[in-house]
Amino acid sequence: MILTYLGYVLTSIGVIFLFLGALGIFRMPDIFTRLQAGTKATTLGALGTILGVGLLQPEWFWKTLIIAIFFAISNPISSHALARGSYKIGHKPYMNDPNGIDTYSEVPQNEGDE
Amino acid sequence: MSRFLFTFIVFFLVWLGFTTSFDPQEVIAGVILSFIITLFSYKTFTDYGLKYFYPKRIFYIIKYLIVFLIALVKANWDVAKRVINPKLPINPGIVTYTTKLKSDTAKVFLANSITLTPGTLTVDIVDDKLYIHWIDVVSRDPQVIFNEIGANFENILKEIFK
Amino acid sequence: MIWIFLGIVLIASILAAIRGVLGPTASDRIIALDNLTTITTAGLVLLGYLFQRYIYIDVSLIYGVLSFVGVLTLARYMEGGL
Repeated sequence: MILTYLGYVLTSIGVIFLFLGALGIFRMPDIFTRLQAGTKATTLGALGTILGVGLLQPEWFWKTLIIAIFFAISNPISSHALARGSYKIGHKPYMNDPNGIDTYSEVPQNEGDE
Repeated sequence: MSRFLFTFIVFFLVWLGFTTSFDPQEVIAGVILSFIITLFSYKTFTDYGLKYFYPKRIFYIIKYLIVFLIALVKANWDVAKRVINPKLPINPGIVTYTTKLKSDTAKVFLANSITLTPGTLTVDIVDDKLYIHWIDVVSRDPQVIFNEIGANFENILKEIFK
Repeated sequence: MIWIFLGIVLIASILAAIRGVLGPTASDRIIALDNLTTITTAGLVLLGYLFQRYIYIDVSLIYGVLSFVGVLTLARYMEGGL
């Protein structure tokens, strides 16, 4: 019984964060801030929803745990690859302060990768 | 040898998670398949092997998981506040973070943890420098950056990947 | 209860899809796609609970793995390396 309540709580938290992640993607001004909002919020959202369903239906728990671990590892990696890729094709991060810091521009951009 | 055993145990646990049954047929098929896959992949899968199962390391791994989950929840709270606020209070920039970790696995874990902690996103790793997109740059001093972004993760990871 | 959750997931995926249509550059579209796949996976697990079908969990696992590989490939392609 307590597992069911815990499952509902986890699932609702997860669903709310999925929604906030999508809202973040919709509202943020540039690629990097969109990635920030998208990655963090949808990762916690997916973890919460999937583990919550695992608690609601205890015989599914182990498989949902594997999906959750996979998401926790794979989501940061794909967002890192996207950030690096979009920087390399010339998207500069949005700054609302004209002399904002960007140390990555000092790195030579075209090495390796061929 | 210990690397081989570690890889085998991990793959077998994943198999048990997939099938979720202790039927003898399933278990035997799992043992054979994990053995075959381990033969091909144990050299690239892990550098440390069974050393991960030392009690001290298990203690630190559990501590890492707890710190990580707290940081994940805090990060989401932070993002949620920024997204809901109609003014979008952001001040982004890319800063350099110098790590003291040596092993590649540790660096990957550090980069992933940094991506999932409040307001930071790893853009690239070059040798021992991590380039991090920070949604709210509070300081440009390297020491402050180190303490703000990853000091507590780095201390724990140093113990795990010694 | 589950229907309400599914409604919120639907609104979230519509928001991400709007960003995918509007997105000024290709990177924005790929980011929207990445998040859309994550949202869809969570939605599939919820649907599996609603219909009491275990097979939905398998489907969502495979969908997650394939979308991860797909997004990585797109990112590398955008970078010019592949």
